[in-house]
Amino acid sequence: MTEIVYTGELDPRLCKSVLGETIPALAAEDPDVIYLDADLMSCIGTGKWAKEHPERAVNCGIAEANMIGVACGLASAGFKPIVHTFGPFASRRCFDQVFLSGGYAKNDITVIGTDPGVTATMNGGTHMPFEDVALYRTVPGATVIDVTDPACLISVLRQCVDRPGVKYIRVGRKQYARVYSDSADLPIGKAVTLREGKDVAIFAAGIMVHEALQAAKTLEAQGIQAAVVDLFTIKPLDAEAVARRAKETGAVVVAENHSRHGGLYSAVLEVLAENCPVPAACVAVEDEFGEVGPQDYLQERFGLTAGHIVSQAKAVLARKD
Amino acid sequence: MEETKKRELMAFAVKIRMAALEAIHARGSGHVGGALSIADLLAALYGGEMNIDPRDPKKPDRDKLVCSKGHAGPAVYGALALRGYFPYDELRTLNRPGTRLPSHCDRNKTPGVDMTTGSLGQGTSLACGMALGDKLRGLDARTFLIVGDGESDEGQCWEAFAFAAAKKLDNLVVLLDWNKRQLDGWTDDVYPMGDYEAKFRAFGFDTAKVDGGDVEAIWEALERTRKGEGRPFAIILDTEKGHGVPEVAEKVMNHSLPVSDGEFERWTVRLQAELAALEG
Ligand SMILES: Cc1ncc(C[n+]2csc(CCOP(=O)(O)OP(=O)(O)O)c2C)c(N)n1
Repeated sequence: MTEIVYTGELDPRLCKSVLGETIPALAAEDPDVIYLDADLMSCIGTGKWAKEHPERAVNCGIAEANMIGVACGLASAGFKPIVHTFGPFASRRCFDQVFLSGGYAKNDITVIGTDPGVTATMNGGTHMPFEDVALYRTVPGATVIDVTDPACLISVLRQCVDRPGVKYIRVGRKQYARVYSDSADLPIGKAVTLREGKDVAIFAAGIMVHEALQAAKTLEAQGIQAAVVDLFTIKPLDAEAVARRAKETGAVVVAENHSRHGGLYSAVLEVLAENCPVPAACVAVEDEFGEVGPQDYLQERFGLTAGHIVSQAKAVLARKD
Repeated sequence: MEETKKRELMAFAVKIRMAALEAIHARGSGHVGGALSIADLLAALYGGEMNIDPRDPKKPDRDKLVCSKGHAGPAVYGALALRGYFPYDELRTLNRPGTRLPSHCDRNKTPGVDMTTGSLGQGTSLACGMALGDKLRGLDARTFLIVGDGESDEGQCWEAFAFAAAKKLDNLVVLLDWNKRQLDGWTDDVYPMGDYEAKFRAFGFDTAKVDGGDVEAIWEALERTRKGEGRPFAIILDTEKGHGVPEVAEKVMNHSLPVSDGEFERWTVRLQAELAALEG
């Protein structure tokens, strides 16, 4: 049963701890699950378990492209690889291996890229992917997820293990605002309406879901009813839900911790353009690289706050006829 | 090596350690272990071996440094601040909003930083291009490339090393920080890479292996790279992750650590005493 339990409070669990528990749990349930990492096991708390289970966990060293290739080879032998490294190294650094050895050769792997976008904070520009979703979206048959909260992470990770194709899950290692109940079952490919509203639809993913819900509260106080829809599955996008909400409200704002080019905004616009071209705007990173700093600073710096969503909602409402 | 020069370099290394800790402590945490392990190397490079001019950081015929293990930025910043590339106090802005000193080296932000790094492996090819560029322009300049032992897991490193030998880049000096640890612990547990000197030799490099905590040994090895004979150089620096601060070195998992006020105080007092002994 999926309940929406959002209050704006942080879920006490760190997502790195959730990963550190869920990966071993999945391996315990299914003998074909195998976990690969590139010298970042200690960053998601899998190191101790991996040492005790060398046949279930492979530290591939700092060699991400090779790791993806190895994972794909394991997949061809019937294993179900779960691969982890930081987002930029799970996407840009090994993209051709993902595309060909994974997608094209039909070797099914699950790739977890941690610290997407501004959640890379102190590691700075080199570690701050604003383009990982854009890359993965172009892999035919791929699944692309921007995680909402710990319950969402557990639910999608479980589904990905047996799902065909290349699967990419982007998730920060720290805390998220709690949105879903613990037992949440969030089918991949299905949008979740978190809040009803007739004036404007806000489509959000990842850390921006919390910002969108905060923005909707502010808008309500100003007499504007905003629907908030969690599009944690960016591919395959729930096109039906997107088109329906867009038609109902006649105005759309997309909020994502990613470049405005090629991510969720692009995915939504592709649907709108062909089905119901309504005024739309985004809260996303402009044509820029990342930089170092604390997350609150970076969200302000790159325009990824509830306040920015409120402004864009008003701007898009003004364009509605 | 003259005793005075040796003491000067040893003191410089201690100061680099204090500067790196100053920056990291101001921020609260950072890549302590891998910054400390290259302090002695940086002291030799920025304390005389490199042909550089802090007043003209972009001088075309300068020697260049690529710290490919870009997370050791705070150590590099320490050396640069001490050489006058920017005010020492600026070290405390590490990772602050709008800073010129990000956790990982950035050529577009920091005066004196020659190349942007942070995605491990990439600095190796960049250094090859820089060394090749100097050769094509007829400049008498060397490129020094600091590579982590964990970093050398990356295949790109070995593509770059093959390139350096194939193109006879005898103005390239690879400095391998063999501190025996990477992020997940001991390299021998995570991903053993075997005998580096033998590997570099097989790739066509002139090699040396030195105690990377001994400035004199580093200095002498670097001296031998001044005149190229058609082969790139690799110096394997036998180092310790966290070297110079026993409390850090003792922790196996010392890649990224918080630094409390108390720790900073204790470590600085210790380093100050070392400095006083060297300078006294
Ligand atoms: C391509 C890439 N993969 C992973 C990382 C994350 N990372 C940063 S430092 C590090 C360990 C580096 O080990 P080593 O090169 O030995 O550096 P040192 O121990 O000297 O600090 C890792 C895995 C990265 N920066 N770049």
